[in-house]
Amino acid sequence: MEVFHSVFLDEEKCKGCTHCIRRCPTEAIRVKGGKARIDEERCTDCGECIRTCPNHAKYAQTDSLEALQEFRYTIALPAPAFYAQFKFTIPLGKVLNGLLRLGFNEVFEVARGAEILAAEIVRFLQRRDLVLPVISSACPAVVRLVEVKFPSLLDNLLPLDSPLGVAAKIARLGALKKGYRPEEVGVFFITPCPAKVTEARQSGKGLGRIDGAISMASIYARLVSELHLVEDIPDLQIAGFKGIGWARSGGEQESLGEGEYMAVDGIHNVISVFEKIEVGELKGVVYCEAQACVGGCVGGVLAVQNPFIAKVNVNHLMKKYSVFRPWSEEEMETWRRAGVFARERVYEAKEVMKLDRDFQKAMEKYQRIEHLLERLPGLDCGACGSPTCRALAEDVVQGKAEEIDCPFLLRDNMLELAKEIYALASKVPQTMSGKRREDIGGSNSGPCATS
Amino acid sequence: MTDERPLIELERKIAGGDFQSAGDVSSELKRILQQVGFPPPFSRRVVIAAYEAEMNVVIHAWRGIFRAWIFPNRVHIEVDDEGPGIPDLELAFQEGYSTAPPHIREMGFGAGYGLSNMKKCSDRLEIDTRVGEGTKVIMDFFLNPS
Ligand code: SF4
Ligand code: SF4
Repeated sequence: MEVFHSVFLDEEKCKGCTHCIRRCPTEAIRVKGGKARIDEERCTDCGECIRTCPNHAKYAQTDSLEALQEFRYTIALPAPAFYAQFKFTIPLGKVLNGLLRLGFNEVFEVARGAEILAAEIVRFLQRRDLVLPVISSACPAVVRLVEVKFPSLLDNLLPLDSPLGVAAKIARLGALKKGYRPEEVGVFFITPCPAKVTEARQSGKGLGRIDGAISMASIYARLVSELHLVEDIPDLQIAGFKGIGWARSGGEQESLGEGEYMAVDGIHNVISVFEKIEVGELKGVVYCEAQACVGGCVGGVLAVQNPFIAKVNVNHLMKKYSVFRPWSEEEMETWRRAGVFARERVYEAKEVMKLDRDFQKAMEKYQRIEHLLERLPGLDCGACGSPTCRALAEDVVQGKAEEIDCPFLLRDNMLELAKEIYALASKVPQTMSGKRREDIGGSNSGPCATS
Repeated sequence: MTDERPLIELERKIAGGDFQSAGDVSSELKRILQQVGFPPPFSRRVVIAAYEAEMNVVIHAWRGIFRAWIFPNRVHIEVDDEGPGIPDLELAFQEGYSTAPPHIREMGFGAGYGLSNMKKCSDRLEIDTRVGEGTKVIMDFFLNPS
Protein backbone atom coordinates (compact mmCIF):
# COMPACT_ATOMS: atom_id res chain seq x y z
CA MET A 1 0.00 0.00 0.00
CA GLU A 2 1.28 3.42 -0.87
CA VAL A 3 1.68 5.77 2.02
CA PHE A 4 1.08 9.43 1.33
CA HIS A 5 1.89 12.17 3.67
CA SER A 6 2.72 15.82 3.46
CA VAL A 7 4.94 16.77 6.36
CA PHE A 8 8.61 16.70 5.51
CA LEU A 9 11.96 17.60 6.97
CA ASP A 10 14.41 20.15 5.67
CA GLU A 11 17.64 18.33 6.52
CA GLU A 12 19.70 21.47 6.25
CA LYS A 13 17.76 23.22 8.97
CA CYS A 14 17.30 20.28 11.34
CA LYS A 15 19.71 20.36 14.27
CA GLY A 16 18.54 17.09 15.72
CA CYS A 17 17.33 18.90 18.84
CA THR A 18 14.56 16.36 19.69
CA HIS A 19 11.87 18.96 20.36
CA CYS A 20 9.58 17.40 17.81
CA ILE A 21 9.88 13.77 18.87
CA ARG A 22 8.11 14.37 22.14
CA ARG A 23 5.26 16.41 20.73
CA CYS A 24 4.33 13.91 18.05
CA PRO A 25 1.05 12.24 19.05
CA THR A 26 1.86 8.93 17.41
CA GLU A 27 5.57 8.77 18.27
CA ALA A 28 6.33 8.87 14.57
CA ILE A 29 9.64 10.75 14.79
CA ARG A 30 13.11 9.55 15.71
CA VAL A 31 16.36 11.47 15.56
CA LYS A 32 18.89 9.34 13.68
CA GLY A 33 22.29 10.51 12.62
CA GLY A 34 21.51 13.96 13.96
CA LYS A 35 18.37 14.40 11.84
CA ALA A 36 14.69 13.90 12.62
CA ARG A 37 13.14 11.10 10.58
CA ILE A 38 9.41 10.65 10.19
CA ASP A 39 7.90 7.19 10.03
CA GLU A 40 5.38 7.65 7.23
CA GLU A 41 3.13 4.85 8.40
CA ARG A 42 2.61 6.47 11.76
CA CYS A 43 2.48 10.12 10.75
CA THR A 44 -0.98 11.67 10.89
CA ASP A 45 0.10 14.92 9.22
CA CYS A 46 -1.25 16.76 12.24
CA GLY A 47 1.46 19.40 11.96
CA GLU A 48 2.46 19.37 15.64
CA CYS A 49 6.10 18.95 14.67
CA ILE A 50 5.91 21.94 12.33
CA ARG A 51 4.56 23.98 15.22
CA THR A 52 7.19 22.90 17.73
CA CYS A 53 10.33 22.93 15.62
CA PRO A 54 12.38 25.94 16.75
CA ASN A 55 14.46 25.76 13.57
CA HIS A 56 11.53 25.63 11.17
CA ALA A 57 12.93 22.47 9.70
CA LYS A 58 9.58 20.77 9.22
CA TYR A 59 7.34 21.89 6.42
CA ALA A 60 4.15 20.98 4.67
CA GLN A 61 4.41 20.08 1.05
CA THR A 62 1.77 21.92 -0.95
CA ASP A 63 1.10 22.72 -4.58
CA SER A 64 1.73 26.01 -6.34
CA LEU A 65 -0.55 28.15 -8.43
CA GLU A 66 1.35 27.08 -11.54
CA ALA A 67 -0.52 23.80 -11.47
CA LEU A 68 -3.56 25.72 -12.71
CA GLN A 69 -1.98 25.89 -16.16
CA GLU A 70 -2.61 22.21 -16.71
CA PHE A 71 -6.37 22.63 -16.83
CA ARG A 72 -8.84 24.41 -19.05
CA TYR A 73 -11.31 25.10 -16.28
CA THR A 74 -10.14 25.60 -12.71
CA ILE A 75 -12.17 25.77 -9.52
CA ALA A 76 -10.90 27.12 -6.21
CA LEU A 77 -12.26 25.53 -3.05
CA PRO A 78 -11.44 27.90 -0.17
CA ALA A 79 -11.50 26.35 3.30
CA PRO A 80 -13.88 28.09 5.72
CA ALA A 81 -10.83 29.04 7.75
CA PHE A 82 -9.53 31.01 4.78
CA TYR A 83 -12.21 33.66 5.31
CA ALA A 84 -11.06 34.13 8.88
CA GLN A 85 -7.59 35.18 7.73
CA PHE A 86 -8.98 38.51 6.61
CA LYS A 87 -10.45 41.19 8.79
CA PHE A 88 -14.16 40.56 9.06
CA THR A 89 -14.94 44.01 7.64
CA ILE A 90 -13.66 42.86 4.24
CA PRO A 91 -16.62 41.48 2.30
CA LEU A 92 -16.30 37.83 1.41
CA GLY A 93 -17.39 38.69 -2.13
CA LYS A 94 -14.12 40.56 -2.43
CA VAL A 95 -12.05 37.71 -1.04
CA LEU A 96 -13.67 35.22 -3.39
CA ASN A 97 -13.32 37.51 -6.35
CA GLY A 98 -9.67 37.85 -5.41
CA LEU A 99 -9.32 34.12 -6.03
CA LEU A 100 -10.75 34.57 -9.52
CA ARG A 101 -8.21 37.32 -10.09
CA LEU A 102 -5.43 34.86 -9.27
CA GLY A 103 -6.52 32.79 -12.24
CA PHE A 104 -9.31 30.52 -11.10
CA ASN A 105 -12.38 30.29 -13.33
CA GLU A 106 -14.78 29.54 -10.52
CA VAL A 107 -14.97 29.43 -6.75
CA PHE A 108 -16.89 26.85 -4.79
CA GLU A 109 -16.94 27.36 -1.05
CA VAL A 110 -16.06 24.44 1.15
CA ALA A 111 -18.31 26.18 3.67
CA ARG A 112 -21.16 25.41 1.29
CA GLY A 113 -20.03 21.80 1.15
CA ALA A 114 -20.09 21.81 4.95
CA GLU A 115 -23.68 23.06 5.06
CA ILE A 116 -24.84 20.40 2.66
CA LEU A 117 -22.87 17.71 4.48
CA ALA A 118 -24.35 18.82 7.82
CA ALA A 119 -27.81 18.02 6.49
CA GLU A 120 -26.66 14.55 5.48
CA ILE A 121 -25.03 14.00 8.90
CA VAL A 122 -28.31 14.88 10.63
CA ARG A 123 -30.01 12.30 8.45
CA PHE A 124 -27.31 9.72 9.19
CA LEU A 125 -27.63 10.28 12.94
CA GLN A 126 -31.24 9.15 12.76
CA ARG A 127 -30.18 5.61 12.02
CA ARG A 128 -30.71 3.07 14.76
CA ASP A 129 -27.59 0.99 14.28
CA LEU A 130 -25.08 3.68 15.20
CA VAL A 131 -21.94 2.97 17.18
CA LEU A 132 -21.90 5.89 19.60
CA PRO A 133 -20.52 8.42 19.78
CA VAL A 134 -20.19 8.98 16.07
CA ILE A 135 -16.81 10.63 15.50
CA SER A 136 -16.58 13.34 12.85
CA SER A 137 -14.49 12.51 9.79
CA ALA A 138 -13.90 16.12 8.77
CA CYS A 139 -10.35 16.40 10.08
CA PRO A 140 -8.09 13.98 8.21
CA ALA A 141 -5.47 14.06 10.96
CA VAL A 142 -8.07 12.79 13.41
CA VAL A 143 -9.19 10.07 11.00
CA ARG A 144 -5.60 8.99 10.65
CA LEU A 145 -5.15 9.12 14.42
CA VAL A 146 -8.00 6.65 14.82
CA GLU A 147 -6.52 4.37 12.18
CA VAL A 148 -3.08 4.43 13.77
CA LYS A 149 -3.75 4.68 17.48
CA PHE A 150 -7.41 3.88 18.14
CA PRO A 151 -8.33 1.01 15.82
CA SER A 152 -11.08 -0.06 18.19
CA LEU A 153 -12.90 3.20 17.35
CA LEU A 154 -12.93 2.68 13.58
CA ASP A 155 -16.63 1.84 13.67
CA ASN A 156 -17.34 5.12 15.42
CA LEU A 157 -15.99 7.17 12.52
CA LEU A 158 -18.66 8.90 10.46
CA PRO A 159 -18.77 6.98 7.19
CA LEU A 160 -19.39 10.12 5.14
CA ASP A 161 -16.99 12.27 3.19
CA SER A 162 -15.52 15.51 4.55
CA PRO A 163 -16.81 18.99 3.62
CA LEU A 164 -13.86 19.22 1.25
CA GLY A 165 -14.76 15.96 -0.48
CA VAL A 166 -18.40 16.98 -0.75
CA ALA A 167 -17.53 20.42 -2.13
CA ALA A 168 -15.05 18.97 -4.62
CA LYS A 169 -17.60 16.54 -6.00
CA ILE A 170 -20.44 19.04 -6.28
CA ALA A 171 -18.10 21.55 -7.92
CA ARG A 172 -16.88 18.99 -10.43
CA LEU A 173 -20.41 17.85 -11.20
CA GLY A 174 -21.25 21.48 -11.99
CA ALA A 175 -18.30 21.86 -14.34
CA LEU A 176 -19.12 18.63 -16.16
CA LYS A 177 -22.65 19.89 -16.57
CA LYS A 178 -21.26 22.97 -18.23
CA GLY A 179 -19.76 20.69 -20.84
CA TYR A 180 -16.15 20.34 -19.74
CA ARG A 181 -14.52 16.96 -19.99
CA PRO A 182 -13.31 15.44 -16.71
CA GLU A 183 -9.62 15.86 -17.54
CA GLU A 184 -10.15 19.54 -18.36
CA VAL A 185 -11.40 20.40 -14.91
CA GLY A 186 -8.89 21.21 -12.18
CA VAL A 187 -10.19 21.38 -8.62
CA PHE A 188 -7.89 23.08 -6.11
CA PHE A 189 -8.25 23.32 -2.37
CA ILE A 190 -6.98 26.35 -0.46
CA THR A 191 -5.73 24.43 2.53
CA PRO A 192 -5.16 25.32 6.18
CA CYS A 193 -3.02 22.26 6.89
CA PRO A 194 -0.86 19.39 5.63
CA ALA A 195 -3.46 16.81 6.67
CA LYS A 196 -5.81 18.20 4.04
CA VAL A 197 -3.02 18.07 1.46
CA THR A 198 -2.80 14.37 2.14
CA GLU A 199 -6.57 14.05 1.88
CA ALA A 200 -6.37 15.76 -1.53
CA ARG A 201 -3.61 13.37 -2.63
CA GLN A 202 -5.73 10.41 -1.62
CA SER A 203 -8.84 11.64 -3.36
CA GLY A 204 -8.52 9.18 -6.21
CA LYS A 205 -9.21 9.63 -9.89
CA GLY A 206 -12.99 9.84 -9.94
CA LEU A 207 -15.56 12.49 -9.24
CA GLY A 208 -13.91 13.40 -5.95
CA ARG A 209 -10.51 14.04 -7.48
CA ILE A 210 -8.76 17.06 -6.00
CA ASP A 211 -6.01 18.15 -8.33
CA GLY A 212 -4.03 20.18 -5.91
CA ALA A 213 -3.87 21.75 -2.47
CA ILE A 214 -2.48 25.24 -2.27
CA SER A 215 -1.39 26.69 1.04
CA MET A 216 -3.72 29.24 2.57
CA ALA A 217 -0.70 31.29 3.65
CA SER A 218 0.67 31.55 0.11
CA ILE A 219 -2.66 32.62 -1.34
CA TYR A 220 -3.09 35.11 1.47
CA ALA A 221 0.30 36.60 0.68
CA ARG A 222 -0.70 36.97 -2.96
CA LEU A 223 -4.05 38.51 -2.19
CA VAL A 224 -3.48 40.81 0.71
CA SER A 225 -1.64 43.51 -1.18
CA GLU A 226 -4.09 43.74 -4.05
CA LEU A 227 -7.38 43.08 -2.35
CA HIS A 228 -8.24 46.78 -2.34
CA LEU A 229 -8.18 46.68 -6.13
CA VAL A 230 -10.65 43.83 -6.26
CA GLU A 231 -14.33 44.41 -6.73
CA ASP A 232 -16.81 42.93 -4.30
CA ILE A 233 -19.09 40.43 -6.03
CA PRO A 234 -21.62 39.51 -3.33
CA ASP A 235 -23.15 36.75 -5.47
CA LEU A 236 -20.00 34.66 -5.19
CA GLN A 237 -20.77 34.17 -1.52
CA ILE A 238 -23.42 31.51 -1.05
CA ALA A 239 -22.57 29.76 2.20
CA GLY A 240 -24.03 31.27 5.33
CA PHE A 241 -23.23 31.18 9.03
CA LYS A 242 -23.66 27.42 9.33
CA GLY A 243 -20.90 26.63 6.90
CA ILE A 244 -18.63 29.51 7.88
CA GLY A 245 -18.75 28.33 11.48
CA TRP A 246 -16.87 25.15 10.52
CA ALA A 247 -13.74 27.29 10.41
CA ARG A 248 -13.40 26.95 14.14
CA SER A 249 -13.99 24.35 16.79
CA GLY A 250 -17.66 23.96 17.70
CA GLY A 251 -18.95 25.10 14.32
CA GLU A 252 -19.61 21.63 13.10
CA GLN A 253 -21.75 20.55 16.02
CA GLU A 254 -23.62 23.88 15.95
CA SER A 255 -24.51 23.29 12.31
CA LEU A 256 -26.20 20.02 13.26
CA GLY A 257 -28.73 21.77 15.46
CA GLU A 258 -29.84 20.58 18.86
CA GLY A 259 -28.48 17.32 20.16
CA GLU A 260 -26.08 15.51 22.46
CA TYR A 261 -23.00 16.74 20.66
CA MET A 262 -19.56 17.67 21.82
CA ALA A 263 -16.49 19.28 20.32
CA VAL A 264 -12.82 18.72 21.16
CA ASP A 265 -9.84 20.45 19.58
CA GLY A 266 -6.09 20.00 19.76
CA ILE A 267 -4.71 16.57 18.98
CA HIS A 268 -3.55 15.82 22.51
CA ASN A 269 -6.99 16.71 23.83
CA VAL A 270 -8.54 14.56 21.15
CA ILE A 271 -6.41 11.66 22.35
CA SER A 272 -7.57 12.09 25.93
CA VAL A 273 -11.22 12.14 24.83
CA PHE A 274 -10.77 9.10 22.60
CA GLU A 275 -9.24 7.25 25.52
CA LYS A 276 -12.41 7.99 27.44
CA ILE A 277 -14.55 6.77 24.57
CA GLU A 278 -12.54 3.55 24.45
CA VAL A 279 -13.32 2.71 28.05
CA GLY A 280 -16.98 3.56 27.56
CA GLU A 281 -17.00 6.79 29.56
CA LEU A 282 -18.74 8.98 27.03
CA LYS A 283 -22.15 7.41 27.31
CA GLY A 284 -24.92 9.66 26.08
CA VAL A 285 -22.83 11.60 23.57
CA VAL A 286 -24.15 11.07 20.06
CA TYR A 287 -21.69 13.05 17.98
CA CYS A 288 -18.11 14.03 18.65
CA GLU A 289 -16.56 16.78 16.59
CA ALA A 290 -12.79 16.37 16.87
CA GLN A 291 -10.14 18.56 15.34
CA ALA A 292 -6.40 18.15 15.48
CA CYS A 293 -5.64 21.85 15.75
CA VAL A 294 -6.24 23.98 18.80
CA GLY A 295 -9.18 26.19 17.93
CA GLY A 296 -10.10 24.04 14.94
CA CYS A 297 -9.05 24.78 11.36
CA VAL A 298 -8.28 28.43 12.16
CA GLY A 299 -5.40 26.90 14.12
CA GLY A 300 -4.04 25.04 11.09
CA VAL A 301 -0.31 25.39 10.51
CA LEU A 302 -0.82 27.06 7.15
CA ALA A 303 -2.94 29.84 8.62
CA VAL A 304 -1.41 33.28 8.89
CA GLN A 305 -3.79 34.86 11.32
CA ASN A 306 -3.48 34.17 15.04
CA PRO A 307 -6.15 31.54 15.72
CA PHE A 308 -7.79 33.50 18.51
CA ILE A 309 -8.09 36.60 16.39
CA ALA A 310 -9.28 34.43 13.52
CA LYS A 311 -12.01 33.11 15.80
CA VAL A 312 -13.19 36.64 16.42
CA ASN A 313 -13.35 37.12 12.67
CA VAL A 314 -15.38 33.93 12.31
CA ASN A 315 -17.87 35.04 14.93
CA HIS A 316 -18.34 38.39 13.22
CA LEU A 317 -18.67 36.76 9.81
CA MET A 318 -21.29 34.40 11.16
CA LYS A 319 -23.36 37.37 12.25
CA LYS A 320 -22.75 39.25 9.05
CA TYR A 321 -23.73 36.30 6.87
CA SER A 322 -26.51 34.98 9.03
CA VAL A 323 -28.30 33.55 6.04
CA PHE A 324 -29.15 30.03 5.11
CA ARG A 325 -29.71 29.30 1.45
CA PRO A 326 -31.42 25.97 1.14
CA TRP A 327 -31.18 23.53 -1.72
CA SER A 328 -33.85 21.20 -2.97
CA GLU A 329 -34.42 17.64 -1.88
CA GLU A 330 -34.07 16.68 -5.55
CA GLU A 331 -30.58 18.13 -5.66
CA MET A 332 -29.77 16.26 -2.48
CA GLU A 333 -30.99 13.02 -4.01
CA THR A 334 -28.95 13.61 -7.17
CA TRP A 335 -25.86 14.23 -5.07
CA ARG A 336 -26.51 11.14 -3.03
CA ARG A 337 -26.86 9.01 -6.12
CA ALA A 338 -23.73 10.50 -7.64
CA GLY A 339 -21.83 9.42 -4.52
CA VAL A 340 -21.13 12.91 -3.27
CA PHE A 341 -21.32 11.81 0.37
CA ALA A 342 -19.55 8.48 0.00
CA ARG A 343 -15.99 8.27 1.19
CA GLU A 344 -13.35 7.55 -1.40
CA ARG A 345 -11.23 5.59 0.99
CA VAL A 346 -12.44 3.06 3.53
CA TYR A 347 -11.15 3.34 7.07
CA GLU A 348 -8.59 0.74 7.97
CA ALA A 349 -6.59 -0.11 11.04
CA LYS A 350 -2.96 0.71 10.39
CA GLU A 351 -1.75 -1.74 13.01
CA VAL A 352 1.57 0.02 13.33
CA MET A 353 1.38 -0.33 17.10
CA LYS A 354 1.49 -4.12 16.81
CA LEU A 355 4.90 -5.48 17.72
CA ASP A 356 4.72 -8.39 15.33
CA ARG A 357 2.31 -10.01 12.91
CA ASP A 358 2.86 -13.26 14.74
CA PHE A 359 1.08 -13.31 18.06
CA GLN A 360 3.60 -15.45 19.88
CA LYS A 361 6.50 -13.34 18.66
CA ALA A 362 4.69 -10.15 19.64
CA MET A 363 4.30 -11.48 23.18
CA GLU A 364 7.97 -12.37 23.35
CA LYS A 365 8.91 -8.94 22.08
CA TYR A 366 6.71 -7.38 24.70
CA GLN A 367 8.54 -9.25 27.42
CA ARG A 368 11.90 -8.24 26.05
CA ILE A 369 10.74 -4.61 26.03
CA GLU A 370 9.71 -4.88 29.68
CA HIS A 371 13.08 -6.36 30.61
CA LEU A 372 14.99 -3.70 28.79
CA LEU A 373 12.83 -1.01 30.37
CA GLU A 374 13.96 -2.13 33.79
CA ARG A 375 17.50 -1.21 32.82
CA LEU A 376 16.71 2.12 31.22
CA PRO A 377 16.73 5.18 33.49
CA GLY A 378 13.10 6.17 32.84
CA LEU A 379 13.96 9.82 32.30
CA ASP A 380 12.46 10.04 28.81
CA CYS A 381 15.24 12.49 28.04
CA GLY A 382 15.20 11.93 24.31
CA ALA A 383 18.98 11.86 23.99
CA CYS A 384 18.76 8.47 22.30
CA GLY A 385 16.60 9.93 19.54
CA SER A 386 13.45 8.13 20.66
CA PRO A 387 10.68 10.05 22.42
CA THR A 388 10.58 7.92 25.59
CA CYS A 389 12.53 5.15 27.24
CA ARG A 390 9.72 2.79 26.30
CA ALA A 391 9.91 3.88 22.68
CA LEU A 392 13.64 3.19 22.70
CA ALA A 393 13.05 -0.24 24.20
CA GLU A 394 10.53 -0.93 21.43
CA ASP A 395 12.94 0.31 18.79
CA VAL A 396 15.71 -1.91 20.15
CA VAL A 397 13.49 -4.97 20.16
CA GLN A 398 12.33 -4.13 16.64
CA GLY A 399 15.94 -3.87 15.53
CA LYS A 400 15.68 -0.17 14.77
CA ALA A 401 17.98 1.06 17.51
CA GLU A 402 20.67 -0.18 19.84
CA GLU A 403 20.75 -0.32 23.60
CA ILE A 404 23.79 1.89 23.70
CA ASP A 405 21.91 4.66 21.93
CA CYS A 406 20.93 5.42 25.51
CA PRO A 407 23.77 7.49 26.94
CA PHE A 408 23.18 6.00 30.37
CA LEU A 409 23.45 2.43 29.19
CA LEU A 410 26.43 3.46 27.12
CA ARG A 411 28.05 4.86 30.22
CA ASP A 412 27.27 1.69 32.16
CA ASN A 413 28.73 -0.37 29.37
CA MET A 414 31.82 1.78 29.29
CA LEU A 415 32.21 1.42 32.99
CA GLU A 416 32.05 -2.34 32.65
CA LEU A 417 34.50 -2.18 29.81
CA ALA A 418 36.83 0.06 31.78
CA LYS A 419 36.76 -2.46 34.59
CA GLU A 420 37.66 -5.23 32.19
CA ILE A 421 40.44 -3.20 30.68
CA TYR A 422 41.70 -2.40 34.11
CA ALA A 423 41.60 -6.03 35.06
CA LEU A 424 43.32 -7.06 31.88
CA ALA A 425 45.96 -4.43 32.29
CA SER A 426 46.66 -5.73 35.74
CA LYS A 427 47.66 -9.07 34.28
CA VAL A 428 51.31 -9.32 33.65
CA PRO A 429 52.76 -11.60 30.97
CA GLN A 430 54.16 -14.81 32.38
CA THR A 431 57.65 -13.87 31.32
CA MET A 432 57.43 -10.64 33.22
CA SER A 433 56.03 -12.17 36.33
CA GLY A 434 57.05 -10.29 39.40
CA LYS A 435 58.23 -7.24 37.50
CA ARG A 436 56.80 -3.75 37.20
CA ARG A 437 53.31 -4.70 38.21
CA GLU A 438 52.72 -1.37 39.89
CA ASP A 439 54.08 0.52 36.91
CA ILE A 440 51.14 -0.46 34.79
CA GLY A 441 48.67 0.45 37.47
CA GLY A 442 47.91 -3.02 38.67
CA SER A 443 47.94 -3.48 42.37
CA ASN A 444 46.31 -6.21 44.30
CA SER A 445 44.35 -3.68 46.30
CA GLY A 446 42.75 -2.17 43.20
CA PRO A 447 39.03 -2.42 42.52
CA CYS A 448 39.44 -5.28 40.09
CA ALA A 449 41.78 -7.37 42.13
CA THR A 450 39.47 -10.35 41.98
CA SER A 451 40.28 -11.20 38.44
CA MET B 1 -6.08 -21.33 37.60
CA THR B 2 -4.75 -23.46 34.75
CA ASP B 3 -1.49 -25.16 34.01
CA GLU B 4 -0.96 -23.24 30.79
CA ARG B 5 1.50 -20.42 31.41
CA PRO B 6 0.47 -16.84 30.79
CA LEU B 7 2.81 -14.94 28.52
CA ILE B 8 2.35 -11.64 30.21
CA GLU B 9 1.41 -10.88 33.78
CA LEU B 10 0.48 -7.49 35.06
CA GLU B 11 0.10 -6.54 38.69
CA ARG B 12 -0.72 -3.02 39.81
CA LYS B 13 -1.89 -1.37 42.98
CA ILE B 14 -4.91 0.88 42.91
CA ALA B 15 -5.47 3.54 45.55
CA GLY B 16 -9.04 4.26 46.60
CA GLY B 17 -10.09 7.85 45.98
CA ASP B 18 -7.19 8.56 43.67
CA PHE B 19 -9.06 10.04 40.73
CA GLN B 20 -5.88 11.50 39.29
CA SER B 21 -4.47 8.11 38.40
CA ALA B 22 -7.83 6.47 37.79
CA GLY B 23 -7.76 4.62 34.50
CA ASP B 24 -3.99 4.23 34.33
CA VAL B 25 -4.07 0.49 34.83
CA SER B 26 -6.63 -0.10 32.11
CA SER B 27 -4.65 2.17 29.77
CA GLU B 28 -1.59 0.08 30.37
CA LEU B 29 -3.55 -3.07 29.73
CA LYS B 30 -4.93 -1.55 26.56
CA ARG B 31 -1.45 -0.78 25.30
CA ILE B 32 -0.33 -4.33 25.94
CA LEU B 33 -3.31 -5.85 24.15
CA GLN B 34 -2.83 -3.51 21.22
CA GLN B 35 0.90 -4.13 20.93
CA VAL B 36 0.54 -7.85 21.19
CA GLY B 37 -2.04 -7.73 18.46
CA PHE B 38 -5.39 -8.81 19.89
CA PRO B 39 -8.21 -7.83 17.53
CA PRO B 40 -9.48 -4.33 18.38
CA PRO B 41 -13.05 -5.40 19.26
CA PHE B 42 -11.72 -8.00 21.71
CA SER B 43 -9.33 -5.51 23.32
CA ARG B 44 -12.10 -3.00 23.56
CA ARG B 45 -14.37 -5.18 25.65
CA VAL B 46 -11.53 -6.29 27.90
CA VAL B 47 -10.50 -2.71 28.47
CA ILE B 48 -14.04 -1.48 29.14
CA ALA B 49 -14.56 -4.18 31.77
CA ALA B 50 -11.11 -3.63 33.27
CA TYR B 51 -11.80 0.07 33.51
CA GLU B 52 -15.08 -0.52 35.31
CA ALA B 53 -13.37 -2.80 37.79
CA GLU B 54 -10.55 -0.33 38.29
CA MET B 55 -12.97 2.56 38.78
CA ASN B 56 -14.97 0.56 41.31
CA VAL B 57 -11.88 0.38 43.49
CA VAL B 58 -11.14 4.06 43.06
CA ILE B 59 -14.72 5.05 43.82
CA HIS B 60 -15.68 2.70 46.64
CA ALA B 61 -12.72 0.96 48.17
CA TRP B 62 -9.72 1.94 50.21
CA ARG B 63 -7.20 0.11 48.15
CA GLY B 64 -6.99 -2.73 45.73
CA ILE B 65 -4.79 -4.88 43.57
CA PHE B 66 -5.35 -5.36 39.89
CA ARG B 67 -3.93 -8.47 38.25
CA ALA B 68 -4.14 -9.52 34.65
CA TRP B 69 -2.84 -12.64 32.99
CA ILE B 70 -2.59 -12.54 29.25
CA PHE B 71 -2.63 -15.82 27.37
CA PRO B 72 -2.46 -16.31 23.62
CA ASN B 73 -6.21 -16.81 23.40
CA ARG B 74 -7.66 -15.38 26.55
CA VAL B 75 -7.28 -12.79 29.26
CA HIS B 76 -7.90 -13.39 32.93
CA ILE B 77 -8.38 -10.48 35.32
CA GLU B 78 -8.67 -10.42 39.10
CA VAL B 79 -9.29 -7.28 41.07
CA ASP B 80 -9.14 -7.55 44.83
CA ASP B 81 -10.07 -4.68 47.05
CA GLU B 82 -10.29 -3.80 50.69
CA GLY B 83 -13.45 -1.81 51.06
CA PRO B 84 -17.05 -1.74 52.14
CA GLY B 85 -18.17 -4.59 49.87
CA ILE B 86 -21.45 -4.65 47.98
CA PRO B 87 -24.46 -5.16 50.25
CA ASP B 88 -27.00 -6.28 47.66
CA LEU B 89 -25.22 -7.93 44.80
CA GLU B 90 -28.33 -8.86 42.89
CA LEU B 91 -29.56 -5.30 42.92
CA ALA B 92 -26.14 -4.03 41.91
CA PHE B 93 -26.24 -6.18 38.81
CA GLN B 94 -29.32 -4.48 37.45
CA GLU B 95 -28.68 -2.18 34.58
CA GLY B 96 -28.94 1.42 35.58
CA TYR B 97 -28.34 0.66 39.21
CA SER B 98 -25.46 2.67 40.51
CA THR B 99 -23.19 1.31 43.16
CA ALA B 100 -21.67 4.72 43.57
CA PRO B 101 -22.59 6.90 46.53
CA PRO B 102 -24.72 9.92 45.56
CA HIS B 103 -21.94 12.50 45.83
CA ILE B 104 -19.86 10.53 43.35
CA ARG B 105 -22.78 9.97 41.03
CA GLU B 106 -23.35 13.69 40.89
CA MET B 107 -19.87 14.05 39.48
CA GLY B 108 -20.77 11.78 36.62
CA PHE B 109 -18.80 8.75 37.74
CA GLY B 110 -20.19 5.28 38.21
CA ALA B 111 -23.50 6.35 36.79
CA GLY B 112 -25.19 3.03 36.59
CA TYR B 113 -23.20 0.73 34.39
CA GLY B 114 -20.64 -0.90 36.64
CA LEU B 115 -21.42 -4.53 37.15
CA SER B 116 -23.88 -5.07 34.36
CA ASN B 117 -21.41 -3.57 31.93
CA MET B 118 -18.65 -5.84 33.21
CA LYS B 119 -20.96 -8.77 32.72
CA LYS B 120 -21.78 -7.69 29.19
CA CYS B 121 -18.15 -7.30 28.21
CA SER B 122 -16.71 -10.42 29.79
CA ASP B 123 -17.26 -14.08 29.02
CA ARG B 124 -17.21 -15.06 32.67
CA LEU B 125 -17.67 -12.90 35.72
CA GLU B 126 -17.46 -13.89 39.32
CA ILE B 127 -17.88 -11.57 42.24
CA ASP B 128 -17.07 -12.42 45.78
CA THR B 129 -17.98 -9.68 48.20
CA ARG B 130 -17.99 -9.37 51.95
CA VAL B 131 -19.64 -6.40 53.52
CA GLY B 132 -17.15 -4.41 55.52
CA GLU B 133 -14.19 -6.33 54.15
CA GLY B 134 -13.94 -6.07 50.43
CA THR B 135 -14.72 -7.39 47.01
CA LYS B 136 -13.00 -9.67 44.57
CA VAL B 137 -13.86 -9.51 40.90
CA ILE B 138 -12.75 -12.27 38.55
CA MET B 139 -13.25 -11.99 34.83
CA ASP B 140 -12.36 -14.09 31.83
CA PHE B 141 -12.31 -13.11 28.20
CA PHE B 142 -11.94 -15.70 25.49
CA LEU B 143 -10.73 -14.84 22.06
CA ASN B 144 -12.89 -17.50 20.41
CA PRO B 145 -15.64 -18.22 22.90
CA SER B 146 -16.36 -21.94 22.72
S1 SF4 C 1 2.85 15.70 11.42
FE1 SF4 C 1 2.12 15.05 13.44
S2 SF4 C 1 2.07 12.83 13.34
FE2 SF4 C 1 3.35 13.52 11.62
S3 SF4 C 1 5.42 13.44 12.40
FE3 SF4 C 1 4.66 15.54 12.73
S4 SF4 C 1 3.84 15.50 14.81
FE4 SF4 C 1 4.06 13.36 14.18
S1 SF4 D 1 -8.25 20.78 12.49
FE1 SF4 D 1 -8.51 21.54 10.42
S2 SF4 D 1 -6.60 22.57 9.98
FE2 SF4 D 1 -6.19 21.23 11.71
S3 SF4 D 1 -5.45 19.31 10.84
FE3 SF4 D 1 -7.66 19.09 11.09
S4 SF4 D 1 -8.53 19.71 9.13
FE4 SF4 D 1 -6.43 20.47 9.19
